Amino acid sequence: MNQKLVLLVDDDKDFIEQQSINLTAMGYQVATAYSAAEAQDWLARQQPDLAIVDLMMENTDSGFVLSYHIKKQHPEIPVILVTAVTRETGMSFDLINSEEKQWIKADAVLPKPIRFEQLASEIRRLVN
Amino acid sequence: MDSPVKEGTIETLTLWIVDDEPGLCLGAAKSLNEYVVTFSDLPERVGFSVTSFHTGEAFLEQVDLGVLPDILLLDHRMPGISGLEILEILSARNIKLMTIMITAYGTFEYAVQATKLGAFDFVPKPFTPRELRYSIEKAVRDLILTRKARQLETEKKKVRFEMISVVSHELKSPINAIEGYLDIMKAQRLGAGISEYAAMVDRCMVRINGMRKLIVDLMDLTRLESGQKVRHVQELDLVPIVKQSLESIGPDAAVKQLAITLDMPEAVMMTADPTELTMVCNNLLTNAVKYNIPEGSIFLTIQPTETRVMIQVRDTGIGLSDDDQKRLFQEFSRIKNEQTRDIEGSGLGLSILKKIADLYHGQVSVKSEFGQGSTFTVTLSRGN
Repeated sequence: MNQKLVLLVDDDKDFIEQQSINLTAMGYQVATAYSAAEAQDWLARQQPDLAIVDLMMENTDSGFVLSYHIKKQHPEIPVILVTAVTRETGMSFDLINSEEKQWIKADAVLPKPIRFEQLASEIRRLVN
Repeated sequence: MDSPVKEGTIETLTLWIVDDEPGLCLGAAKSLNEYVVTFSDLPERVGFSVTSFHTGEAFLEQVDLGVLPDILLLDHRMPGISGLEILEILSARNIKLMTIMITAYGTFEYAVQATKLGAFDFVPKPFTPRELRYSIEKAVRDLILTRKARQLETEKKKVRFEMISVVSHELKSPINAIEGYLDIMKAQRLGAGISEYAAMVDRCMVRINGMRKLIVDLMDLTRLESGQKVRHVQELDLVPIVKQSLESIGPDAAVKQLAITLDMPEAVMMTADPTELTMVCNNLLTNAVKYNIPEGSIFLTIQPTETRVMIQVRDTGIGLSDDDQKRLFQEFSRIKNEQTRDIEGSGLGLSILKKIADLYHGQVSVKSEFGQGSTFTVTLSRGN
């Protein structure tokens, strides 16, 4: 059976470790990258069925930029942005209003900590 | 009188005189229009823009429009409404004005009444320009100090909010990480055997230690900032403290097989708190170990002069880019790149180092080259 491949990009090694286990438990194959640069290298050689990208890596918004590039080069690959930056810090990202949909090139934005069930259903929705 | 003024410029306060004697108004305005108040202990320079009203009613018309001066010179005996009545009206409307009573009418009861209604000072008529200016100087000083106090309050609240925001953000990451691992264990996603989860249990411990260190460092930092820490400043020798610090990093340095070279005199006497010096040495040495390469080197130099001592630590570690060097001393700033990915830290060490150096009229500086290593130099006053 053809397992779907998920690319996981985050500089937080605990997040990578945990989501790798969770995604495997959901039945997906997992590839990981610890930075936007690493992800770009990998993407030059392969394409995933879905990408999960952390918004802010290495103190810049490189995840945001990476998501933009993925959607530009491969518009068919769904991208989920994950972020630890939430309403409490005064910044909030979600795709509720169309204004944000315009400039946030991603198919979904999920706040950390990510709930297993929520992630599973988002991926199911986007990959089929 | 709300916004702060650049040093050196003259700040103009509005001053209104309410008095039915036109001659007095003219005279007072004359002696104040060109006058600039300066203080021996404050940087502010204050001038005045003077307006006169010959009746209390005319003054109240402006108040009704919502216009108020910074300072009010108020006569009592006027044909219409009196000075005291005006004070009563202002008080009833909860309008706080810096008011100096100028009046020939001077009974004790009147003075008590006026004071209770909020008058700041009295300049009994007839007064000389000097007497008037003296009272106005007192009033201006009071206004300036009140403004400074308010600014400090606002700033304090702002800093407190920022600090708390950053701390909650810094704690979220380890909390999320630990919760993520526990969730996996609870759902038994790696099977039923507990040994499968050994690595993540260890990882949870590491994150917990990180949180503990964050809290400890935060306490150190805020204690230093608030002056709450009780200092035990005494005559002591720096060298044994350095040696003790070296011993404490010994095990970690050995794990990485680091070579440590020392260049220090037999003794360096100074007036200092031993805990603070220990923190400086520990801070410099632990960074030199943490960010070093296997089989790398650490060079520790202690160089005293008559009045100061330099503590320098050079390492052959991963070094810092120019951009990273700029951000180095910001609180919670941690340099995140491929090489530093596995290095734990609270991000407060260098802030603490700088705060301690300040206590000793000292400096902290860094020279670094990415990929080559870093040299941190701390100079402290010996206090002699």
